[in-house]
Amino acid sequence: MIGFYTLFYKELLRFWKVSFQTLLAPILSSMLYLLIFSHVLETRIQVYQGVAYTTFLIPGLVMMTALQNAFANSSSSLIQSKISGNLVFILLSPLSYLEIFLAYVCASVVRAIIVGLGVYGATLMLFDTPMAHPLWALLFVFTGSLLLGSLGIIAGIWSDKFDQLAAFQNFIILPLTFLSGVFYSIHSLPAIWQHLSHLNPFFYIVDGLRYGFLGVSDISPYLSLSVVVLFSGAVSWLTLWMLKAGYKIRH
Amino acid sequence: MAAAIEIQKLSKRYGDLLALDNIQLTIDTGEFFALLGPNGAGKTTLISILAGLTIASSGQAKIMGHDVVADYGQSRRKLGVVPQELVYDPFFTVRELLVIQSGYYGIRKNDAWIDEILYRLDLTRKADTNMRALSGGMKRRVLVAQALVHKPPVIILDEPTAGVDVELRQALWQFIKQLNRDGHTIVLTTHYLEEAEALCNRVAMLKQGKIVVLDSIRNLIKSIQGLTVQMRLSCEKLPAALQSWPTSSSEGFHYFKMENYPQIELLLAMLRQENIQVLEMQLQQPDLEEVFVKIMGAQSLETP
Ligand SMILES: Nc1ncnc2c1ncn2[C@@H]1O[C@H](COP(=O)(O)OP(=O)(O)OP(=O)(O)O)[C@@H](O)[C@H]1O
Ligand SMILES: [Mg+2]
Repeated sequence: MIGFYTLFYKELLRFWKVSFQTLLAPILSSMLYLLIFSHVLETRIQVYQGVAYTTFLIPGLVMMTALQNAFANSSSSLIQSKISGNLVFILLSPLSYLEIFLAYVCASVVRAIIVGLGVYGATLMLFDTPMAHPLWALLFVFTGSLLLGSLGIIAGIWSDKFDQLAAFQNFIILPLTFLSGVFYSIHSLPAIWQHLSHLNPFFYIVDGLRYGFLGVSDISPYLSLSVVVLFSGAVSWLTLWMLKAGYKIRH
Repeated sequence: MAAAIEIQKLSKRYGDLLALDNIQLTIDTGEFFALLGPNGAGKTTLISILAGLTIASSGQAKIMGHDVVADYGQSRRKLGVVPQELVYDPFFTVRELLVIQSGYYGIRKNDAWIDEILYRLDLTRKADTNMRALSGGMKRRVLVAQALVHKPPVIILDEPTAGVDVELRQALWQFIKQLNRDGHTIVLTTHYLEEAEALCNRVAMLKQGKIVVLDSIRNLIKSIQGLTVQMRLSCEKLPAALQSWPTSSSEGFHYFKMENYPQIELLLAMLRQENIQVLEMQLQQPDLEEVFVKIMGAQSLETP
């Protein structure tokens, strides 16, 4: 237990010491997205009856920022440790693979929640952001960042170099996030794209969070939550299995 | 009581390369043991398997009776490893790192021991310095410190003195000797054979993944018969009378091999007879290096 707590604390300290890049920068950039998109699209698009586009956009942006940072936290920490070689100190220790997994994932979740709250807080200064079901919102940020934190561990372990990690991020994480309906409702898409969107786990996370904020969503939050929990469970299981087998870290 | 380290039929294969070939080795508690061998012999691979960093292809290993795979929690608690590579975490200061490392082993309040290690490794003044700002030798001392935070009964040091200055090397060995006297089992690898000779009681020599020698230093040195006399003479070429003496020469020195001390007189008499003067002379006692060179073959000895 002390082992897990120490590694978790170390991971928190790691991003906290560079919070300018790890917390402030992502909050700032999503605010820029928000200002630009709302300025351009506010008057042209209305997704739900009586919901302004900016209001629609905010939960999507909160979630996008949270997910990206959850992923970035575990993946960058792992690949840095791997490349600089200091992962050896964790591998030499009696920490179990479960403890290692939980420490990295929890740190990811904490960072995701901080930036998520940061973006939400920042929007409150400018807009009248609603919060219909805060518990639902928190639940989706939590499960979503759990999923992305796990994916980050997988990517960090799998990549041997920084550009492989970048590829993972640019070709898998980024498209899945952008196509998850952060900027639009999938109901506005042609039928085929609507079906494809339903295969994207990130869609359920974003839609679920939107329910938390707005009280309306494309699909039932219970269904979304089930899908997200299922995916998080499966990816966590895979991550644990990789850690247990020592895939790419114990030769 | 279980042996400190017990290795049975251990092999490790990397593709076509057999890095470790059926290693069989038991190291008792309290030993000061040297693992020697040329570059690429498999020393680090063997240590990595004991530490759980590498998974053996076959065979098994135990630390203080705990299997390194099946019972890794216990075996790692009993083991402290100083890795060969100079690795560090640039995010933290020396003290932060040691506190964190203690935590990994489940130890929460470790300040007294951390202060002691810092003092013994002459790092006290650098305790609150970021790792990035340390010199190479200091980083290596931190590696040693990290391996000791949990007071492991078995300590393995993979070339701990590479890049460390003379003064600290002395201090480091004093500290390690103290730990050994306190009952810790010490295993080290080094390319400085005089270090191994001065410190250890037993050695294993590895060559291409196999243990080729396993014996006490005393026995090994005894196994080398005779001594060598190194001389600079007033003539370059040896006269015919001395041609039958087992010799070699390099850099202006002649090396005369002999079985015992009385033969020195014989040699000197022959030189006098030939009217050759001795300009310089030195006796060379057999040492571990000689044993090593003999076993490895002069070709495979690489400089550290
Ligand atoms: N991860 C790996 N993948 C493939 N081959 C490896 C790997 N690690 C080590 N080897 C090979 O195994 C052999 C033994 O290497 P090892 O590092 O154990 O040697 P060593 O005795 O520690 O040498 P040195 O004195 O240079 O440290 C070498 O031929 C090396 O190239
Ligand atoms: Mg080595």
